[in-house]
Amino acid sequence: MPAAGVVMIIAVVLIVLALVYYLVSTIVALQRITNSLDEAITGVVGIIEKSAPVDEVVTSINTNLDAGVDLLEGLLVKKAGMEDAVGLVEGLYPGAAGEGFRNFPESSKTKAPRISEVYTKGTLTLARLGREAPIAAASPNGPALRNPSYGSLAARALYPEGRQTRPGSMPRSPVIGTDSPVQYEPSESPGVRKRMPGKAAVLDPPPAPVQTEAQEGPVKSGLAFLRRLKGD
Amino acid sequence: MTLEWIGDAILLLVVLPVVVYLLRGVLNAANSIVPSVQQIAAAATAGSKDLDATALLLTTQDQVQKTIEVAADYGGSLDVILDDAR
Repeated sequence: MPAAGVVMIIAVVLIVLALVYYLVSTIVALQRITNSLDEAITGVVGIIEKSAPVDEVVTSINTNLDAGVDLLEGLLVKKAGMEDAVGLVEGLYPGAAGEGFRNFPESSKTKAPRISEVYTKGTLTLARLGREAPIAAASPNGPALRNPSYGSLAARALYPEGRQTRPGSMPRSPVIGTDSPVQYEPSESPGVRKRMPGKAAVLDPPPAPVQTEAQEGPVKSGLAFLRRLKGD
Repeated sequence: MTLEWIGDAILLLVVLPVVVYLLRGVLNAANSIVPSVQQIAAAATAGSKDLDATALLLTTQDQVQKTIEVAADYGGSLDVILDDAR
């Protein structure tokens, strides 16, 4: 065989070896890609299956929440009025009044009162109860109590007389303990003392029970019956 | 004879390097795809796991519906109890 033929065979063999090496390496790489793509496809299918009902469920949730927002906004505006409703929202969420209520476009233009100054916490709670509340009983036809200067003092009228207007006449808190200077009799009901020291008010003794014929016994009852019979 | 040598030279000096160059490029491209595809597979698997809680949306849906119903009941009662603003 001529030398040129041998060299040609060697060249062809080298080319074939190169082809085999690189093609096999490429095949291995493509197989790894295929396996990874199978995993990716499995994951994507899972995502698609799991997210399929999301649209319907979220739409339903949003529909219900929209209905709730409509209900609460409408109720708040109906009961508190636009101005106070905006002020209340602004008081709870500063800056929210600028956006206004969703179903009341005019609310964004309503100037929110400084609700924390107009209402104290207690009067606001009572005012929410309506005009039947004690704080608003004095003016059932007027607006709820909104005096910024005396709003908190007016709430004192809700408590028993004497405790607020004449606190000096109230007895001091007693010294308690077995060695206290004043020993109190045990009370029969919580918060009520049988006897209080000093100038403090003393609970009136209970009225003496009226004796009835039934309580006087059969003899006295019989005598009374005879007296009435004799009188007749 | 001379042509055979020329053919051998072409095979060894031209064809073989070209074949090697081309196949090496294909192999490098295939190898560079592998990590990207593996990252995509990992991301898809993780995303699928993240969506396992999607079933809880049904519970959320029921809870929201009940909450709105309760709020509507309270609202109806408040509408009766409280006076309207002037």
